[in-house]
Amino acid sequence: MYKKIFTEPLFKNNPVSVLVLGICSALAVTVKLEPALVMALSVTIVTGFSNVIISLIRNTIPNRIRIIVQLVVVAMLVILVDQILKAFAYDVSKQLSVFVGLIITNCIIMGRIEAFALGNKPIPSLIDGLGNGLGYGIILVVVAFFRELFGSGSLMGYQLIPASWYIKNGGFYENNGLFILPPMALILVGVFIWVQRSIQKELIEK
Amino acid sequence: MNTNSNIYTIIYATIMVVVVAVILAFASSLLKERQQRNVEIERKEMILRSVQLGADEAARASDKDSYIEAEYARYIKDSSINEQGKDLTLYICTIESGERFYVIPLRGVGLWGPVWGYISLKGDFNTVYGATFDHKSETPGLGAEITTPMFYKQFENKRIFDDSGNFVSVQVVKGGADASSGHEVDAISGGTITSKAVEEMLLKNIKDYTSFFAAKLKESAEKAAEKAAEIQPSDSLSATPSIQVNIQ
Repeated sequence: MYKKIFTEPLFKNNPVSVLVLGICSALAVTVKLEPALVMALSVTIVTGFSNVIISLIRNTIPNRIRIIVQLVVVAMLVILVDQILKAFAYDVSKQLSVFVGLIITNCIIMGRIEAFALGNKPIPSLIDGLGNGLGYGIILVVVAFFRELFGSGSLMGYQLIPASWYIKNGGFYENNGLFILPPMALILVGVFIWVQRSIQKELIEK
Repeated sequence: MNTNSNIYTIIYATIMVVVVAVILAFASSLLKERQQRNVEIERKEMILRSVQLGADEAARASDKDSYIEAEYARYIKDSSINEQGKDLTLYICTIESGERFYVIPLRGVGLWGPVWGYISLKGDFNTVYGATFDHKSETPGLGAEITTPMFYKQFENKRIFDDSGNFVSVQVVKGGADASSGHEVDAISGGTITSKAVEEMLLKNIKDYTSFFAAKLKESAEKAAEKAAEIQPSDSLSATPSIQVNIQ
């Protein structure tokens, strides 16, 4: 059962491509592969821990203020992650800059707390949180892979397209500027959803 | 217990807020010293990088922090000059050969937050020896690219005064800089506002120093002229610097 909780959000029930959550940050951090990877890792940590904490206190939370309680827990975790990164991994924290703070607003985290952690024990909640964080990460990495490859001709900062191919050096190739701009992320996520729906026929509405 | 009563809700919220506040305050005070040290080390690393010292070695050194502290203490001297009522910071770097570089701190406004950096000038107060930039929250992959060598290496050997001695700074140009001009570098695709912010920052910050540079140049020109006059009166012209600085 744990295995199913973990693997479902990776593809079959992916939070980005099926539940369409967390789109906003998927657009913002996918210009390059490296920030996308670090972002995926940070979100996974926060979804995991926030699910566990909420699951532990789920029976004590007053129903009327539960969203506020969830928000406070998530915000606390994000600030802690940010502070710890600043103290012990300063370079990484600089790379992520604003996006660490933006994890608070990632719909996946609140979505999983509401949908899963409030009604389940801590261990399944942890697995669910990690699975969803990684499911989000997969989309980020796929989108960032294409955006960096076609938009900048590199991967992880290493130049892949030889410099002599470029028009300015007398070649025939030019980076596609559209890939650097946010709309391309939306188009790529759309293509991903399209591919997924042609594999998983049950997703198609009647 | 009724978890939906008003009293329970209020007490719950109060306790939660206090607990979270205590955790965060504790974490913050525990980590503060380390964070400040990181910021200080970073500042010193940037100044060293702007005079092309230590960047590669620091990455390889086993203890990067103490390596940078040592290098900084060895080469860099903080000094400040007073110009038109403003206290301006100027870092002076003296390398083994005796050559001096002058590092100017830069502060500016980017797209999402502050941008800053350091630019070092050679002894002629005109030729850029090195530059380095950083930012608080520019877009990763776009404006944030100003921190990469690809961008800041372009500034080397650019000149901040034109041939007739007017202060022109270095322009960040969209769509291909003219390599022959000596005053232009390429902007970053998709990061136009940040690129322009760097240009603005250079212009504003260096401007304050121009009168100081002019005075310094004049002083050294006079000295050189005197010296040349003593030895070989007919050769005095060649000893003056190639540019004359005009102050607007």
